[in-house]
Amino acid sequence: MSEAAIPALPAAAPRRMGHGAFWLASAAVALLLVLALRGFGNEYAYFAATFVLQYVVLATAWNILGGYAGYVNFGAAAFFAAGAYATVAFGKALGLGLLPCIALAAATGGLMGFATGILTLRLRGAYFAIATLCLSVVLQTIVVNWSYVGGSRGAYVIRPREVPWPFDTYGGYLCAVMVVLAVASVAIARTIERSRLGLGLAALRDDEAAAEAAGVPTLRLKLVATTVSGALMATAGAPLPYLNSYVEPNSAFGLAYAVNAIAMPLIGGTSSWAGPVIGAVLLASLQQAATVTISSAANLLIVGAVLVVFVCAAPHGIVGLFRGRR
Amino acid sequence: MDPDLALLLNGVVSGLLLGGLYAAAAAGLSLSFGMLDVVNIAHPAFMALAGILVALLWAATGLDPLILSILLMPAFWALGAALYVAYHRFFERRGDEAIQGLAFFFGVMFIIEVGIVLTVGPEQHFADAAYASTTWRLGEIDLPLRMLVPALVALAAIGGLVLFLRRSFTGRAIAAVAQDREALRLLAIDPVRIKRLAFGISIAFAALAGGALVVVQPVDAASGHVFIGRIFAIVIMGGLSSLGGCVIAALAFGVVENVTATFYGPSWSPAVAFGCLLLMLAVRPQGLFGRVA
Repeated sequence: MSEAAIPALPAAAPRRMGHGAFWLASAAVALLLVLALRGFGNEYAYFAATFVLQYVVLATAWNILGGYAGYVNFGAAAFFAAGAYATVAFGKALGLGLLPCIALAAATGGLMGFATGILTLRLRGAYFAIATLCLSVVLQTIVVNWSYVGGSRGAYVIRPREVPWPFDTYGGYLCAVMVVLAVASVAIARTIERSRLGLGLAALRDDEAAAEAAGVPTLRLKLVATTVSGALMATAGAPLPYLNSYVEPNSAFGLAYAVNAIAMPLIGGTSSWAGPVIGAVLLASLQQAATVTISSAANLLIVGAVLVVFVCAAPHGIVGLFRGRR
Repeated sequence: MDPDLALLLNGVVSGLLLGGLYAAAAAGLSLSFGMLDVVNIAHPAFMALAGILVALLWAATGLDPLILSILLMPAFWALGAALYVAYHRFFERRGDEAIQGLAFFFGVMFIIEVGIVLTVGPEQHFADAAYASTTWRLGEIDLPLRMLVPALVALAAIGGLVLFLRRSFTGRAIAAVAQDREALRLLAIDPVRIKRLAFGISIAFAALAGGALVVVQPVDAASGHVFIGRIFAIVIMGGLSSLGGCVIAALAFGVVENVTATFYGPSWSPAVAFGCLLLMLAVRPQGLFGRVA
């Protein structure tokens, strides 16, 4: 699914695009993507595209905290699964459909991100990474013991019978929702990157003490970054129950999500919004292809090998390769 | 004896034995992550690899698994030294080891795990030591040798490591490289050589921990996963570079987990142990036994 890489083109232009123009361009790309996938009209194509796009959202969200602010979040799976389980819980409790559940999942993830930010304000580097890892374990234990959402047995989510107009199947509708989410999160990430907020985050990534001394409100910026990043990661996970029609704690909190969320921005390049998009499209398509053609064990081997090769040979990711050559 | 008290005592004792296994796993990481600042997330994967190799060698030779794991240590030392050479060449020398190095070890972890699955298969491997089914009883308290022997061997090895770090010149150089590598250079010691040696030792300890693990439970390629969070938590709780603190933290972690599992069911035990760590990080980030930076 290389279509999602299209937003990379505008940034290559020498004149910088304004935020409004970028949002418009993103909307156009989203529309084109939806139409292109509609043209395929194949249920597997929908599934594969949704799979890849969920990683675009996840990687972009991780990069807001990990790439811009330099705080490595090991607990991406916790936020992702929180989104998925928010869909299950709110859907069951209030009988809501997919879209309101996504909004509520984003709110849940944002709250969780805010709480994480407050709890881990004093931590830096590896300590922050371990704290987020702990958060993931604690949350998984709570979900395993929470029988309302299925506990360790998992929960089934039945796709609704009626499909919203103008889509022919529910898979297509889900895919279109994911396209919108992916494009919106990329646009949010770019807006943050090019704003004062992004500059402040870059300052605290390079030297937190110096940034603090220069009057950058590091505390507030970090809280904003953890909140936005958490909300977007939960958004990425929210459609998961509908995509697989089943969620189960071990896979929702699985290492694969946490690792992919880190690996994709690193392979693409963490300094720019295009990096996570490129990395996610590349790695997720590779994994999807490997799962279908070889085996699911080989798919992890590919992640491992690609990761090692890229961090050794291209320390600034694919984006860095192009920047260096210019 | 009061049955509740007996249950609690048994929970504490088997928690201490479990803690011995955690200590074996965490000691190597305390060396690499705590002293050398190498965030080796693949450490538990090396443990699983060693466990499976020990199980295969045990099936072939019938020697005691712990002796086999000690025999494996030199090979793992060489493996660790080679890995450090690559790590140093690509990351430390360039100065961007933080996130990139982490991703590198993630990749190494996957390569090891999938390598195991593709060569020896995804099934569990086990090795039965001669004492595996014996249990000593002290009054109401059970002491299964299957847990006791690996824990004691691990603690003895850690004791040896502590002596080596305190007494020998090379050991003190390892402790010094953690604090100031430039000062080491002024003493005409090559810090890279010292770190290579130390990283090799940390992977050799992973081999020992793998041997201990395979005595305690069957091992498969993904056995390392449950240890990732735990051993990093233990090393941080122990205050990073202090091996003594690491052992105490490991024992405490084992006891907390086991007592929770005894009274509230095993599904709650990770939440309590990791919740404690989360609270501790928020209140006292330098660890229980760490120095204030």
